[in-house]
Amino acid sequence: MAKLNLLLLLVLVVCALGLVTSQYKARTLFSALDQAQRRERQLDVVYGQLQLEASTWGQHTRVIEIATGTLGMHVPDPRQVIVLKLPAEATR
Amino acid sequence: MSHAASTTLVRLPVWRARFVLVAFMLAFVVLIGRSIYLQAMRTGFLQEQGKARYSRVLKIPATRGRILDRNGDALAVSTPVKSIWMIPGDVKASYAQKKRLAALLGLDRRELDGKLADTGRDFVYLKRQISPDTAKKVAALDIPGVYQQREYRRYYPAGEVAAHLVGFTGVDDTGQEGVELAYQNSLAGRPGSRRVIKDRLGRVVEDVGSIHPAQDGHDLTLSIDGKIQSLAFSALKSAVIAHGAKAGAIVALDVRTGEILALANVPSYNPNNRAHLSGSQLRNRAMTDSFEPGSTLKPFTIAVALEHHKVTPTTEIQTAPGTLKLGGYTIHDAHRESMLSVAQVIEKSSNVGASKIALQLPRRQMWDMFEAVGFGSPPRLRFPGEASGKVRPWQTWRPIEQATMSYGHGISVSLLQLAHAYTIFARDGVLVPLTLLRTGTPVNGVRVISTRTAREIRAMLELAVKPGGTGTRARIVGWTIAGKTGTAHIEENGGYAPDKYIASFVGFAPASKPRLVIAVMIDQPAGREYYGGLVAAPVFAQVMQGALRMLNVPHDAPLTPLEQPGASDDAKEGT
Repeated sequence: MAKLNLLLLLVLVVCALGLVTSQYKARTLFSALDQAQRRERQLDVVYGQLQLEASTWGQHTRVIEIATGTLGMHVPDPRQVIVLKLPAEATR
Repeated sequence: MSHAASTTLVRLPVWRARFVLVAFMLAFVVLIGRSIYLQAMRTGFLQEQGKARYSRVLKIPATRGRILDRNGDALAVSTPVKSIWMIPGDVKASYAQKKRLAALLGLDRRELDGKLADTGRDFVYLKRQISPDTAKKVAALDIPGVYQQREYRRYYPAGEVAAHLVGFTGVDDTGQEGVELAYQNSLAGRPGSRRVIKDRLGRVVEDVGSIHPAQDGHDLTLSIDGKIQSLAFSALKSAVIAHGAKAGAIVALDVRTGEILALANVPSYNPNNRAHLSGSQLRNRAMTDSFEPGSTLKPFTIAVALEHHKVTPTTEIQTAPGTLKLGGYTIHDAHRESMLSVAQVIEKSSNVGASKIALQLPRRQMWDMFEAVGFGSPPRLRFPGEASGKVRPWQTWRPIEQATMSYGHGISVSLLQLAHAYTIFARDGVLVPLTLLRTGTPVNGVRVISTRTAREIRAMLELAVKPGGTGTRARIVGWTIAGKTGTAHIEENGGYAPDKYIASFVGFAPASKPRLVIAVMIDQPAGREYYGGLVAAPVFAQVMQGALRMLNVPHDAPLTPLEQPGASDDAKEGT
């Protein structure tokens, strides 16, 4: 009887330690998940800011300004344009 | 000394032992009573307090959806910013710290000192909506009594180019104008909350109870093409400036899908900085203002006549001597012509010719046409303040009114309605439903006129931009176009102002297989040139040329430079 009790006590202690460990692991993982989610939100914010930046730098007016002003580009004269037809279009 | 006596056992009185017993019992009763009180009666409060030590309710912020153009470029983006606030009485800062703080926030030193001296207040904003980077530097100063608060700020990278269309949000992040207002419900996010257990270091270790997830606002992809929008805006703006006009508007539609590719107004404003806005800058003329369109309405009258076989394109109409008297009023033509075919009535934009044709028609038939193409009812794009225009019930029309309506007076429409209505000529008689959101798929519309009538009108509209017509300046290299000019007097105090005009042009291209409808309206050009063919048509040409190139629309005309338009006299028209 005493032996059985001792065995059960041992099992109980092991279970208790197991519970503590799994709880600890769960919390660590949860904390990691939480941090990952926070990082996701941060990255989303950064993405938004980059989108904003890309949109601002890529404004059509600015592109035109740089193309015509700084780079001295212009729309080609119609006489200089050669239109190429794709084979599929040509046969149609 | 009798020490011996004191060491002998003395029998204490019994009451002393009893007293101690009772005292202990009383003490236990008090303890039991207290524990009952705490366990049974105050349990709720105490449990709350316990929880408050380790569990927290966290707010999950939701961001407002982005507004994108059809290519995915951002038109409106919310991004978190920080606001710096302080409790003046609590602030303890050295001279150097104050100096640095003022420099970081871009404040004047004296201004900062003034705010700091106001110790009676508990909450003072130092600076609202600063960038997260600056906020970090401020936090690094570590001044007691200075705090930060997270907020969202909406940025509009396209600025004034798409201001009227996109609109803006107010301080509380709700839409105030434009698409921001129209689609407020789907753009706005719903913040959520979760109850969590935090550990000693403040890290979240467990979710307890239910989580209400935050609902981020939905991104919205508009039908607008950023490049065409930008081109349209800049072309319109330079035309408005060049002609000293009061305002202008432009609309570009994709004929196949009914998508609005560009919609711009001048004067505009910068939605990122709305400090000094006037009502005139805020007006989205293309959508919310209606005006008497003038000659651009003539094709609809002719279409009714063709549809009901009252005339054919070659039927001759006598327009000499260039005036028509009707019920005490006189209708004038800008040019004196004599016999004109129906096609030439459009080409030369003859008011007399259009009136004579209109007077052959039952009033009801004309009204049906106006109603069918959407005049008199709003386009239902969910856009705030859409104008419906004004078409009076046909029963009340007098002959003179029926005549003036044939050339676009006594009836008012918005520019968007006008562009929309022209899709019937561009799509072989079918009116395509409009949309502000990207669909990218061709849609079926409602048939308004027969394919034959639409093609006949299209041929007339092509004639109107060829040499001899009023709209020669709308022509472009590489594509055929079709369109109609309009020069309308502005109604003022019940009459027409003799020297105030609205110049307009509506047309589409390529004429052989229409892809785009563009409508341009310029309000009160101040110079000597005020005809639609001289003021609005060049804007049309510029935008149409660019837009067709951007959309890779195949050419249908030789790539040779256009012959110079003749004398500007051709562009003159009565309305």
